[in-house]
Amino acid sequence: MATQSSRPAYTSSVLRRAIRPVLAGATFSLPAIVILTAFLSPFGYMTVTALKDRPMITEAGSPILPSKPASFVYEDEEYPVLLVPDENGRMHEWAIIQKGREESTFIDPRNPEAGPIQWTGKWRTLELSWELSPVWENFSYAWTQLDMLRTLRNTLLIAILGVFGTTVSCTLVAYGFTRFRIPGKSILFMVLVSTMILPAFVTIVPTYILFERVGWMGTMLPLIVPHFFANAYNVFVLRQYFLTIPREMDEAAMIDGAGPIRTLTSVILPQSIPALIAVGIFHFMFAWNDFFGPLLYLSTEQELQPISIAIQGFNARFSARPHLVQSSALLGLVVPLVLFFLAQRVFMRGIVFTGVEN
Amino acid sequence: MSTAFSELSLKNLKFTRTKMTKLARVEALWGLLFLTPWLIGFFLWTLGPMVASLVFSFTDFNLLHREELQWVGLANYRLLFTDPNVKTAVSVSLRFAAMALPVGILQPVVMAALLNDERLWSKRLFTTLFYLPSIVPLVSAVYIWRGIMNTQTGWINRFLEAIGIAGPDWLNSQAWIYPSLVIIGLWGVGDMMLYTLATMQGVPTELYEAAQVDGAGRFTQFRHITLPMITPVIFYNLILSSIGIVQYFLVPFVLKGPNGDPGNATWFYGMHLYKEAFSYSKMGYGATLAWMLFLFVLVVTIFLFWSSKYWVFYPAGEEK
Repeated sequence: MATQSSRPAYTSSVLRRAIRPVLAGATFSLPAIVILTAFLSPFGYMTVTALKDRPMITEAGSPILPSKPASFVYEDEEYPVLLVPDENGRMHEWAIIQKGREESTFIDPRNPEAGPIQWTGKWRTLELSWELSPVWENFSYAWTQLDMLRTLRNTLLIAILGVFGTTVSCTLVAYGFTRFRIPGKSILFMVLVSTMILPAFVTIVPTYILFERVGWMGTMLPLIVPHFFANAYNVFVLRQYFLTIPREMDEAAMIDGAGPIRTLTSVILPQSIPALIAVGIFHFMFAWNDFFGPLLYLSTEQELQPISIAIQGFNARFSARPHLVQSSALLGLVVPLVLFFLAQRVFMRGIVFTGVEN
Repeated sequence: MSTAFSELSLKNLKFTRTKMTKLARVEALWGLLFLTPWLIGFFLWTLGPMVASLVFSFTDFNLLHREELQWVGLANYRLLFTDPNVKTAVSVSLRFAAMALPVGILQPVVMAALLNDERLWSKRLFTTLFYLPSIVPLVSAVYIWRGIMNTQTGWINRFLEAIGIAGPDWLNSQAWIYPSLVIIGLWGVGDMMLYTLATMQGVPTELYEAAQVDGAGRFTQFRHITLPMITPVIFYNLILSSIGIVQYFLVPFVLKGPNGDPGNATWFYGMHLYKEAFSYSKMGYGATLAWMLFLFVLVVTIFLFWSSKYWVFYPAGEEK
């Protein structure tokens, strides 16, 4: 007996030691999951609402998922399906074919050959049975109303040309800042960093007038051309990355007779692929998201509008129909979302590089 | 670890006046050649427009009547100080900032602290999922939140109803519109969260081990080790958030339209500037509004940089 009583004590202390971290993890992680769920719940709202029609949204008592009351066709008549308890308390989904005050007649949709079932009780107390019925047509409607093919073409054109411009120009500038001794370089770099703090509003009025003067109003050029002149954040990311590449490698290339451009393309660039991808994606996301630029320069040109402004126009027309609003919101975020998941690691590491120095 | 703004220190200025050799001149020329895109861009899109903006602010330049362009001296500035719409705009922007700025500073720190806790299951998954809303485009995010905050069909009020609370009219009452905008803003702090998390992960573990030996609990460790070590990121966030908030207007613009509804509650400074300059084409007055904003931001930034020497902690030995 003595040995037996000591055994549970032994195992329980081992168990306690093994369980404690799990328990600590659970007491910490479960609340974290609750917070996360609340934080992400708008995605859920958007998705289910985008698949509903008006009654599914407005009618009281309708379920969260897009559903309609189930019905069953019996002898060429359509009857609603209700949740009916039998004598044993088991629930059945039966279609009501004849309503009576104290007694009603049902049919089992799974087994109609069995014939009508008499049920005693008040049918008004029974609940409706719902069946999932997503309204996919919302997306095709939003797709056509947004003129999605044209909108996507415009967005991609602006985004991809900008990605090219910013990646090339920021690479050159970052290379200049990391690998060359230039008199006054430290001042120039401080000026570059301080442009991060400059409010965009200070430059927007004259820039607008400039684009108006050169006849670029109502074209995509104001949304593309400025990105061929480098910007502080992306230069900063690339500079930080280039600084991690050992200088000895450039010097070896130089000794082999490579000039500055050759060194850039054969030594620096091949080692900076993740940073270049990150910068490219940053710009793509920026261009996809940009609302103010298109609002200023393209609001009168429907033919050239990118997705942000197209969705805003769509919502001005359909703001009273939540299902269409949500399906347009979903169409607007699918591409960034997919891109994010494809390049998540490189992207998130790149974000850290934009702000924090190692 | 430090941030981009630690570059903005007088210590980083190096003045060397040595005679350059031919080789050094070649190197400098190559370097300048590579900087050219930015140098041109800086004059074209930053310095030039800033100066032009200042010049325009002394004119009545209106794109619709451009041939009547006249110097008006300080008239625009006088108008700015008497315009009741400016008064409203300044008060709206400041009231919103008073609510949004503390949240914007605290939220990334709290989220990063949560993600950095070793008790959390799968840090990577949680980090990715908490970051996720940051990639949602502005227009989509605004429409999603508009839906979820709807009084009848939105989830927030349905949930509140289910637990017996009558939910407010989030987007149409002057009392609730600012909290609603702050809630929408919760979705936009992903980048700051990642910076903060990366900085927390860079804190040497010896510091925590030493503190544990001294019997410091979790909270004391956070207060006396983690917090001082992340002050550079908090400073970085404070600067960028302040500048973002004084220019803030696109979210209310998409959410409530350009008229400042409900009441004048979303008549932000940026909204006023946008309407004067781009709806009414009053470029001269718009430039004036922009310059006053710039001066305000400049004063705030200088003050924050000055204050940083009292509370921002840059670990020794990281000077370059």
